[in-house]
Amino acid sequence: MSAALAIVALATLGSAAAAMLGRSLLRSIFMLAVSWAGVAAFYMWAGAQFVAFAQVLIYLGAISMVALFAVLLTRQSRDEASPPPAALRRAILAVVAAAGVAAVLLWAVAHSPLAVSGSLAPATSVRQLGFDLMGRHAAALLVVGVLLTIALLGAVVLAADGAQERPGDEP
Amino acid sequence: MSAGPTDAHLLERAPFLLRDWLTHALPEPLRWFANTLIAIAAILAIFGTLFALLTLVERKVLGRVQNRPGPNRTGWFGILQPVADGIKMLTKEDIVPRAADPLLHFLAPVALLGFSVLTFAVIPYGRDLVAVRLDAGVLYFFAAGSATELSIFMAGWSSNNKYALVAAMRALAQLISYELPLLLSAVPVVLAAGTLSAPDIVESQGGFTWGFVPHWHVFTPWGAAAFLVFFISALSESNRSPFDLPEAESELIAGHLTEYSGFKYALFFMAEYFGMCSLCGMAVTLFLGGWQAPLAALEFIPSYAWFALKLCALLLVFIWIRATLPRLRMDQLTRFAWKFLVPLALVNLAASAFWSLSFGWAGPMQALRWAIGIALAVGPFVLLGRRLGAGIGPRTYRYA
Repeated sequence: MSAALAIVALATLGSAAAAMLGRSLLRSIFMLAVSWAGVAAFYMWAGAQFVAFAQVLIYLGAISMVALFAVLLTRQSRDEASPPPAALRRAILAVVAAAGVAAVLLWAVAHSPLAVSGSLAPATSVRQLGFDLMGRHAAALLVVGVLLTIALLGAVVLAADGAQERPGDEP
Repeated sequence: MSAGPTDAHLLERAPFLLRDWLTHALPEPLRWFANTLIAIAAILAIFGTLFALLTLVERKVLGRVQNRPGPNRTGWFGILQPVADGIKMLTKEDIVPRAADPLLHFLAPVALLGFSVLTFAVIPYGRDLVAVRLDAGVLYFFAAGSATELSIFMAGWSSNNKYALVAAMRALAQLISYELPLLLSAVPVVLAAGTLSAPDIVESQGGFTWGFVPHWHVFTPWGAAAFLVFFISALSESNRSPFDLPEAESELIAGHLTEYSGFKYALFFMAEYFGMCSLCGMAVTLFLGGWQAPLAALEFIPSYAWFALKLCALLLVFIWIRATLPRLRMDQLTRFAWKFLVPLALVNLAASAFWSLSFGWAGPMQALRWAIGIALAVGPFVLLGRRLGAGIGPRTYRYA
């Protein structure tokens, strides 16, 4: 149990650290993808198959693509490294901002009521998850679903508008 | 993997009997391990052979369509052509560009092949014949499939070649565009079957109406529409013609494969064919009744034979389409995905929901159910198709 968890944690945190410390932006994204895969492996270890597959589908399949496109469409040259911290002021500001985020996260984690049981994590089946989502949390699911559908329709509308009136676009 | 059906006849149980005969001497924990290994080895061996045969069949069929013999020099009717190709690929020099990122350049084909092989794990090849029984098997399938996109980008970027990079971005745009209709067209099936597990979805398609119309999802209005969307998206996701823009050999110097040679190049092709096989297998599972026989009288033929038959039929359609249709242009390709397939799949979701809700309708209401179902499936198809084609007349060649 703990050996597998240690390997997964090491891979996740190690690749996250490599992504943060690396100078090549694109290689950082690949390391970030490895880190996300590590999180999926952690879910797998914890017995949450469904969440693990969703993690791979969404983070490795979609979010990494968004990150790649964002980098490729904005950067100037191939080997552009991130600039070194220009001044002491900038470095201090960065540390303060990071400490603020860390404090908020730690506070949230410390104050959220987590039911800790002595035994292994309860195995929740996909069916159970479905009933929970459709029953107790139906409103939240509905809101998320409507939001995503609107985003999707928005993308379709954007695609439908631009391509129509351009001259010379006929096949 | 379970013990297999016990009441079925000998041929149906043959794979399980063979496996148990091989591993019955081992103690329990080791036996489970050996059984798993055998399942993996069988899948790799069968689909590896299928890949080799498919390359030959594809060239033969393309030759037949184009009125030429195809490969016919190696062995009887060119039957040894895959072996010759394999030896050629293995002995060719593996070139890595000096400016390339050597690690990622090496990892890209390996990761691509690895993820495509992973998708085979959840497809039910026959009654109880599935490597891993997962509650969320369909989700696993799409998750493993979506991870291949990253490897294609890895290949394009690590080559350090501007053509490869541009081609990789083009490939990504295509794969992301068609991933959406692929997923959305699988959702109605999950909705109808009420499960994400692939074997259970096949089970839910058992039985016949009037004794001869099987309850496959493709024989419902929403199922036919979803199958169409799924099939078109599968063509695109596996880089097959008419969507083979990522690697358009004659026009775009082979895209992200530009800097690959030798066995790594062969690995890319292997992954492409594996992807094609697994997507066809998923299409058979979701819409064509999986391993179910089309007639109750034909159930004496083992279930895995039916699966193989359906899979091969779909693969032949893939090849047929490659021989028939010309390649799309990039803007046509993305326009087709976003303006036609995605809305169609979304509307089809509603059609499927209606079909599930009207399950209890009987008598004359049954006819109404079919009428509404067909209207919900065909109506958007016609309307969207008209809109997609509006203002684009037949092409005229003024200067030709």
